[in-house]
Amino acid sequence: MALELDQIEARSGSFRLRANLTVTEGERVAIVGASGSGKSTLLDVIAGFLSITSGALRWAGRDISTVPPGQRPVSILFQDTNLFPHLTVGQNLALALNPATGRMRAEDAGRIDASLDRVGLAGFASRRLSEMSGGQQSRAALARVLLQGRPVLLLDEPFAALGPALKIEMLDLVAEVAAAEGLTVLLVSHDPQDARRFASKTIVVENGEVAPPQETGPLLDNPPPGLRAYLGGE
Amino acid sequence: MASRPVSIIAALTVAGLVTGPVTAVILRAEAFSGFRPADWQALRFTLVQATLSAGLSVLFAIPVARALARRSFPGRGLLAALLGAPFILPVIVAVLGLLAVFGQSGLLNRLLAPLGLPDLQIYGLQGVLLAHVFFNLPLATRLILQGWLAIPAEHFRLAATLGMGRRAMWRSIEYPMLRRIVPGAFAVIFVICLSSFAVALTLGGGPRATTLELAIYQSMRFDFDLARAAALGLLQLGLALTAGLIALRMTQVPVASRGLDRRVPRWDRTNPGAVCTDVLWIGLAALFLLTPLAMVTLNGLAGITTLGASVWQAAGHSILVALGSTALCLLWALPLATRWGEWLGLAGIALSPLVLGIGLFLIVRPFANPFDLALYVTATVNAFVSLPFVLRILRPEAEAIRADYTRLRAALGLSGWAWLRWVFLPRLKRPLGFAAGLTAALSMGDLGVIALFADPDNATLPLKVYQLMGAYRMDQAAGGALLLLMLSLGLFWAFDRGGRVGSRT
Repeated sequence: MALELDQIEARSGSFRLRANLTVTEGERVAIVGASGSGKSTLLDVIAGFLSITSGALRWAGRDISTVPPGQRPVSILFQDTNLFPHLTVGQNLALALNPATGRMRAEDAGRIDASLDRVGLAGFASRRLSEMSGGQQSRAALARVLLQGRPVLLLDEPFAALGPALKIEMLDLVAEVAAAEGLTVLLVSHDPQDARRFASKTIVVENGEVAPPQETGPLLDNPPPGLRAYLGGE
Repeated sequence: MASRPVSIIAALTVAGLVTGPVTAVILRAEAFSGFRPADWQALRFTLVQATLSAGLSVLFAIPVARALARRSFPGRGLLAALLGAPFILPVIVAVLGLLAVFGQSGLLNRLLAPLGLPDLQIYGLQGVLLAHVFFNLPLATRLILQGWLAIPAEHFRLAATLGMGRRAMWRSIEYPMLRRIVPGAFAVIFVICLSSFAVALTLGGGPRATTLELAIYQSMRFDFDLARAAALGLLQLGLALTAGLIALRMTQVPVASRGLDRRVPRWDRTNPGAVCTDVLWIGLAALFLLTPLAMVTLNGLAGITTLGASVWQAAGHSILVALGSTALCLLWALPLATRWGEWLGLAGIALSPLVLGIGLFLIVRPFANPFDLALYVTATVNAFVSLPFVLRILRPEAEAIRADYTRLRAALGLSGWAWLRWVFLPRLKRPLGFAAGLTAALSMGDLGVIALFADPDNATLPLKVYQLMGAYRMDQAAGGALLLLMLSLGLFWAFDRGGRVGSRT
């Protein structure tokens, strides 16, 4: 099983993104590149927010190019707005489990508590988002994607607003959870240290051209010219 | 946001409510033989009173707005808030208040009589103008106050640094702002006064003070000349449409304007002449706006205990009509809270309630007795008339919710129902409560289309008060007016409060 981007081309206004690569199942991959290079566009294509103009997107051999976002085998954490702030954590998670009606079913309560326990938020189900710290909100969002149970997890700089220590803590938690669940994770980040810490492979995006995943360590130790300019002579 | 078919159904019913009655009116007007001199006089009076009403409102609003903009005093916030109140004040209540002050045996005449001065006569053009200024002076003041508060503080700082005198200040800062704001304010009030019915019905009348709307009503009620009513309706429609389109290009009506409690930081405030002028204008405006309301309350307190069963029955009708039109208006507004929906809703401003009423009367008549359906027609028309205001309140918030959460909605794969139930409606609660309160209060106080259709069995409270006035039972009329005032404000308060409670973000 693998996530295949087969000769994909997508357009957003005058911007064009091209990708031809494969991410193997269970791998954690970082996506790096300058702002405007197309990192977020790449995630939009995989999540289904931007439709492709040619090529095919496949998961486990199945073409999912035209599947709507909510039905893809993909969950996503955005930079912000990962949960509804006017609802409690429990209501948010019930909505993720049961998107047709949003009602909390009898069998859901246990699963919700278990997933909150898993991210270190035991007993938070009745809290409103507005009553929680940034770190706690990130954990609740992670509980949401855990409950969704999708095999591919996309992270669009979701922890950028947290302090450095908290960000590392969250990335470690995601890594641990992803390993346990066998998730395939794609992480967009500005920080090469995130890539080193979190991802065995790294994808470089430059001017809309997406390179195939390479080993993170060697890539960052000896970056190609475009990446070197972006990293600023690290 | 609701799903696409729901939006389309809502749009079609609103569009149908515009085109159906208008078509019926046009078809009926074909049998019309020609306008009489009285009709042309009504057209002339409509234009004259609208011009004068708008001109006077704006003229007085300029010094009042300037005073409010540069002074701070205890009660200033309350006064600024009160400027929004006439919007939901029933016309008949204001008319009774004005009669109590300016009427034949009103406060002013009682003060003037010992001085040997002649009695003031309120009925006629002067009464119509008085009521229109009462309702629109606050609106004009709010519009101009907004203009004043929008002047960047740097301009006043610069003026102070340069040591500008009053004349230089006027020429370089105040006059350019007024030139921008005043024409729009004038146009909006002109359009509002063009469709004046209840004021003309109660304070005007007779060949010399009849508006087109009142002429429509009279052709219906007194002559039962449907063709004439329809032809007058077309004339009114053309007039309102033209003026409305012009006004629309010139301004935006502020329904819920925020930030009027700020004060402009100026450095010329201590000039004694300026202080005197400002105190005078604020005092006069407060007196003019508050005395009639105080009189209604005072007179009503005595009368409210003597109200007969028919008044309470009318109050019950009014509450049902208000709740019904609120529900209908929100059902339309929720799917139409978009850019093109707001354009559609603007028809509610252009189309006068009486024209709509005549059209519905003509459509319904072959199938049922229109007089039996008076309350339903009234509720529908009231919902339609409130729609543009409600859309203006809801649209910005509705669009913000969609913009903020569309991606999360898609990522979760929320159904339309779950989106509506858990996200859209809860987050829209506050403006929804405000809009519902506004619609309910407007509908509660409406004295328009119901006057066309009503028979004694299905009168609403405003109509009942009007009938009591006509029968010179002024104590009971005052009691009914106080009841109406309390119900209107109460409905507004209850809905608005309902929207605020528990709406946390």
